[in-house]
Amino acid sequence: MLVRLAALALLLAFLLFPQSFAPLFAPLTQYGAPPIYDQGNLLQLALAQLTTVCIAAAASTLVAVGLGILVTRPEGAQFLPLSRSLVNVGQTFPPVAVLAVTVPLVGFGEKPTLIALFAYGLLPIFENTVTGLRSCPPEVLEAANGMGMSARERLLSVELPLALPLIFEGIRLSLVINVGTATIGSTVAAKGLGEVIIAGLLSNNTAFILQGGLVTGLMAVLLYEALAALERRFSRAVQLD
Amino acid sequence: MIRIEDLSKQYDATTVVDHVSFSVERNSITVIVGTSGSGKSTLLRMINRLVEPSSGRVLLEGSDTRGEPAHLLRRRIGYVIQGNGLFPHRTVTENIATVPRLLKWDESRIRARVEELLHVFQLDPATYAQAFPHQLSGGQQQRVGVARALAAEPAVLLMDEPFGALDPIIRAKAQEDLLDIQRRFGTTIVLVTHDMDEAFRLGDRVAVMSQGRLLQYDHPATLLTHPADPFVSRMTGVADRAMKLLSLTTAGEAALPGGAAQGPSVPASASLREVLSELLWQGATCAVVLNEDGTPRGQLTVAAILARGRP
Amino acid sequence: MTAPPRRRIDQLGALLSAVATAALLLLPFVVFKANRIVPGDPHGLLEVLPRWGATACLGTLAFAGVVALTARGARLRLAAALLGVLAVALAVAAAANALTPPGDKVVRVAPGGAFWLLLACLLLLATDAITRMRPGPALRVLLLALFLVIAGAALAHGTFDNLSVMREYAVNAARFAREVRQHLYLALGSLGAAVIVALPIGILCHRVPRLRSAILGALNLVETIPAIALFGILMAPLGALAAALPRAGELGISGIGAAPAAVALFLYALLPIVANTVVGLKRVSRAAVEAARGMGMTPWQVLRRIELVLALPVILTGIRVVLVQNIGMVTIAALIGGGGLGTFVFQGIGQTAIDLVLLGAIPIVVLAFSAAVLLDALVEVMDRAKA
Repeated sequence: MLVRLAALALLLAFLLFPQSFAPLFAPLTQYGAPPIYDQGNLLQLALAQLTTVCIAAAASTLVAVGLGILVTRPEGAQFLPLSRSLVNVGQTFPPVAVLAVTVPLVGFGEKPTLIALFAYGLLPIFENTVTGLRSCPPEVLEAANGMGMSARERLLSVELPLALPLIFEGIRLSLVINVGTATIGSTVAAKGLGEVIIAGLLSNNTAFILQGGLVTGLMAVLLYEALAALERRFSRAVQLD
Repeated sequence: MIRIEDLSKQYDATTVVDHVSFSVERNSITVIVGTSGSGKSTLLRMINRLVEPSSGRVLLEGSDTRGEPAHLLRRRIGYVIQGNGLFPHRTVTENIATVPRLLKWDESRIRARVEELLHVFQLDPATYAQAFPHQLSGGQQQRVGVARALAAEPAVLLMDEPFGALDPIIRAKAQEDLLDIQRRFGTTIVLVTHDMDEAFRLGDRVAVMSQGRLLQYDHPATLLTHPADPFVSRMTGVADRAMKLLSLTTAGEAALPGGAAQGPSVPASASLREVLSELLWQGATCAVVLNEDGTPRGQLTVAAILARGRP
Repeated sequence: MTAPPRRRIDQLGALLSAVATAALLLLPFVVFKANRIVPGDPHGLLEVLPRWGATACLGTLAFAGVVALTARGARLRLAAALLGVLAVALAVAAAANALTPPGDKVVRVAPGGAFWLLLACLLLLATDAITRMRPGPALRVLLLALFLVIAGAALAHGTFDNLSVMREYAVNAARFAREVRQHLYLALGSLGAAVIVALPIGILCHRVPRLRSAILGALNLVETIPAIALFGILMAPLGALAAALPRAGELGISGIGAAPAAVALFLYALLPIVANTVVGLKRVSRAAVEAARGMGMTPWQVLRRIELVLALPVILTGIRVVLVQNIGMVTIAALIGGGGLGTFVFQGIGQTAIDLVLLGAIPIVVLAFSAAVLLDALVEVMDRAKA
């Protein structure tokens, strides 16, 4: 716990007062290049990246959970095998490729990144929604039906709450992977920490590369831990055995 | 109360329930008995339309059960299954309150009802009201399951092998409790089991099913004395049918008035089988039958008991 | 007395047919560009094909649509879908031929939205049919091989030569072969090295639980560093190494190019393989291990003959994850001069030439997909052999 708070403090300190870390990064530069990224505000870039990731995650969640509910209903059951195959196939598409083919369609900037992150984020959430809904104990469903719950009431009061831990896990995984993937968005001019890294690559400035990479990595780890803590706080004791 | 008219169910080419008809009287317990695959569970689930009949109909208090949407029908019928199906993510109180909530009772009425049921089922509200199912023992979970089914004061209670997962001692207690509950609330109960002893212990009437057909529907004693089919006598057991018959009558019912009040005393609620056993043990030929308050009801001789042990 | 099942319209078929029809009517089939840079003119299917060609193509598509709506047999649906794909592919090739003046090397005819959507719908139909057939691993690999052979033959034969993507290929042919090789070297090489290192680490973690959280935690940390960052971070130390040790430079280790990418890929590959090795070993039944020891096998023999063999399907799954992941990540190596198909992707992005992007992206997707199918089949075969 202490480690996490310290990491968070370090991250915030760096983002708010980057120049104070200059001496730390100076040895990594050559020929007097600036040790701290100065072509943009690091805090703003970090927030921009986080915003993009969160918007994509919100959209992914809505669509993936909706689809997951659909294919586990009797009306949608015929789509289940296909959706499973699509999930398998979709996981083989590298996010870079998805990004690359959306650029000509929607132009540069935030949009292709959002689309790529949205598409890539669907899979863990959808997979977990389906698994979660299908692993509801059969006698609980039988009891719910026998008591006179309509299909909608059963879905909302029983099936979804029981599947929620797994769905949340999927959302968490998707979010964290996307934080890292979003850096590639900078290759298509999306605002984010990727541009720090790319600037470093272009000017051979290892300090920049480290800054971009470490901040992103730290953000990803802290997000993961924060969401885990959130889930623990809100979930009730659900023992399914 | 419940009339089952020519009910059948087919899945593709297999007939699972084959033209079954019988009536269940108000305020009674009917037990449907059969081996696995006899169609007894399917029959039960056609009463609350968890399974839709292929043909035939069910009349509940005179009206066809298909007259309203299935899920509304089920809110008026209690349903208990083996394994309970308690909602793991809800407390005991929330579980019990489920159907009253669906029926939009107001909160105070729900609270009162939950507390009443917790008392009736011997679950101390202070300890158990906010507990989760996984924190309860198997027996306690089973009681919560029945409480939940009775929460909305249904006139009918359907039970599908409700005691199957309990160990023998707890099961006997649970069966006792069920009889108490039925007497207390006046609910009409239809219970499915594969255990003939259970059927005998609980049922006012017993329906014996085999391969989808109803073989006999009668008082338990009649199943013993006048079995309609060799399968029925196989199910009830031929070896100790006399003892089974004796276990169906209480000392209080069979006691003869007057006579010399000498011999071991037995309570009026004891079954003739228990009285005979006690007389054998003590080497006596006559027993004194006492009421609950200790006053003598009558007497029972071994000869009188033996006469009751045959059709 | 149950009524026979009424013929119902297949919902998936209905959905796909609706989308496909809308695409055909609203979106262009091909886009004609006078040269690489100018925006293109859209053309519909009927405009660019001769009467008989359009009729044949639309007829096949209509057949596929009817089958999709009504037929229940998976094989029929698959056949119809594949016929549709064939028709659409030939149509787009013919369209390219029709719109390109003979001998012209400058114009670009690119497939339009209608083509992509049609292809997607038909492939979805085929995938659904294949899924319903529930083919075993051998059949799946066979189908894949068949598809690759036919596609490869068509490409080699020159059917698609006038299509914009193939035009880009024609310009970059030699480089393409080189980059494909480079891509595969990087992906497979780093995987191989990772397996050699990760397997023992995984066995160690399984044997010594205290090390497990520390090692897995460290590897997890590595995973969170975005790929381009790790590639970049490794450039400096490797560059320093190359400068300090001239021998290293000869071996190919340097600050730019493939070396940092290879090292980064190696590091990323460690976690899935270590994690899966631990899980796989954990799931080996204790009873089997006990029995083996009781029979007098040495611990090394138990490991080799029992534990690793039983854990193999899970370990292979980890390898499959890494391979697919690597094929994708090598794309990014292009940013640091590592080569691979990513060079086309990023060049295409830089020049706003989607055909160049596709030249890189399509082979990457095909490679990843093929790797996934092959390894999944292998895992299934191993699993069956055990069960």
